[in-house]
Amino acid sequence: MTLKAPSALETEKLAVTLDDTLIENSIIENTALKSIAQSPQHLSYRHAFMLVLKRDLTIAMRHKDDIINPLLFFVIVVTLFPLGIGPEAQTLSRIAPGIIWVAALLATLLSLDRLFKSDHLDGSLEQMLLSPHPIFVLVLAKIFAHWLITGLPLLLIAPLLAVLLHLNEQSYTALLLTLLLGTPVLSLLGAVGVALTVGIKKGGVLLSLLVLPLYIPVLIFATSAIDTAALGLPYSGQLAIIAALFFGSLTLAPFAVGAALKVSTN
Amino acid sequence: MWKWLHPYANPEVSYHFTNKLLPWLSALTVIFLTIGLVWALLFAPADYQQGHSFRIFYIHVPAASLSMGIYVAMAIAAFSSLVWQLKLADASAAAMAPVGAAFTAIALITGAAWGKPMWGTWWIWDARLTSELILLFLYLGVIALHNAFEDKNLAGKAAGILTLVGVINIPIIKYSVEWWNTLHQGSTVSKLGKPSMSLDMLWPFIFCFIGFSLLVSVIICLRFRNEILARNSIRPWVRELVQQSTVK
Repeated sequence: MTLKAPSALETEKLAVTLDDTLIENSIIENTALKSIAQSPQHLSYRHAFMLVLKRDLTIAMRHKDDIINPLLFFVIVVTLFPLGIGPEAQTLSRIAPGIIWVAALLATLLSLDRLFKSDHLDGSLEQMLLSPHPIFVLVLAKIFAHWLITGLPLLLIAPLLAVLLHLNEQSYTALLLTLLLGTPVLSLLGAVGVALTVGIKKGGVLLSLLVLPLYIPVLIFATSAIDTAALGLPYSGQLAIIAALFFGSLTLAPFAVGAALKVSTN
Repeated sequence: MWKWLHPYANPEVSYHFTNKLLPWLSALTVIFLTIGLVWALLFAPADYQQGHSFRIFYIHVPAASLSMGIYVAMAIAAFSSLVWQLKLADASAAAMAPVGAAFTAIALITGAAWGKPMWGTWWIWDARLTSELILLFLYLGVIALHNAFEDKNLAGKAAGILTLVGVINIPIIKYSVEWWNTLHQGSTVSKLGKPSMSLDMLWPFIFCFIGFSLLVSVIICLRFRNEILARNSIRPWVRELVQQSTVK
């Protein structure tokens, strides 16, 4: 714990004093990575997790468009549907769960690329893999940061879009709960795909090919939970299955991501 | 068992082994497929309900079950390549992927051709059809990932991880699709009642099934051989082989 204070202080100081964001970022990365790499015996798993998380969040805060663009995409896609289908409230409320969830899938997919790409390009990903800490912890931290940056904003803006689509009032809780449990699954499964394609130059389209079929169960159970809620029936079964998917992918996906990253960085 | 399996980790040994296997397998394939298909398509009795269109079942069902079987085989190969670092397992997985995709496509197309006279439509969002379609997507993803890498060893490893992720997901996808289907629409026309199939329909089916399985193994052996040659093209034994065949 003695190490945490100086490194955190250092990053903040540097953030204040330096103007050039690029230099800032690289220094933040370096300090975080250095403290991961240098002191294997002093750094607990939790500490390593927090360091990586803080680093990723700081970088994301410096590039706010990375957070905003997927959100904008989400909003625009949802707006397109009423324009294409027609403004009847009844039709819209019938298909609202599907639209919101498919748009959420696509928005997550769009933002996934950033998860490992820049780290791979500047070499910090390799440093992370070389560090004595289990990849599981580091990868989990990165995925959690990704969810905080992309999944959480989706969750917050979804009710607004639900209003636009005349979603049944009874299903708001269901919508939020499914998004809360489902979007982490999207981040976790997506991370596997990103880790596999990070070394490839044109990985973007390929990523969607690999990841979208794996998203199907989440989509099915989430929309069916919202539909069931609209009928006023209990939807805890669907929620339980999404939660099971969440915990399953939480325990298994980081291993796959670690293995895939080792392949990609070779 | 390891002692017995060990020599086959050498590409040269397994190349010659597949060479020896191939004529036997191809002969058996020809025999089984000819008997099976002729019997099934010409002599087997027509179904009292579905008439002659039911005969496509003799191609559809083997293709559908093989499409799943090949994926499992691919996953086993991927697993052994990741755990025991067997490079040939990668080669075999790479050999299997397109074959599996082709059989999934055959199952889908024959299914559609069957559905047209039976259900009056080419496509129903039936649980089995949907999960077969998703299986096709998974295959195509594996193949695309394979092609995306320049280095074949890396490609094999990456595709192997994806295959394993897919094999965990297949049951989940299958059950979720089934559940989705029962939730969103009433159960559709159920397929053939299997236990009530009469023997003179069953026998040609068994022949067809074995024949198609052998056909798959022949194609995979051919592709596997090519994979071995392509991956070991700088080795002396491959050069000798090429020289021998060009001299002839």
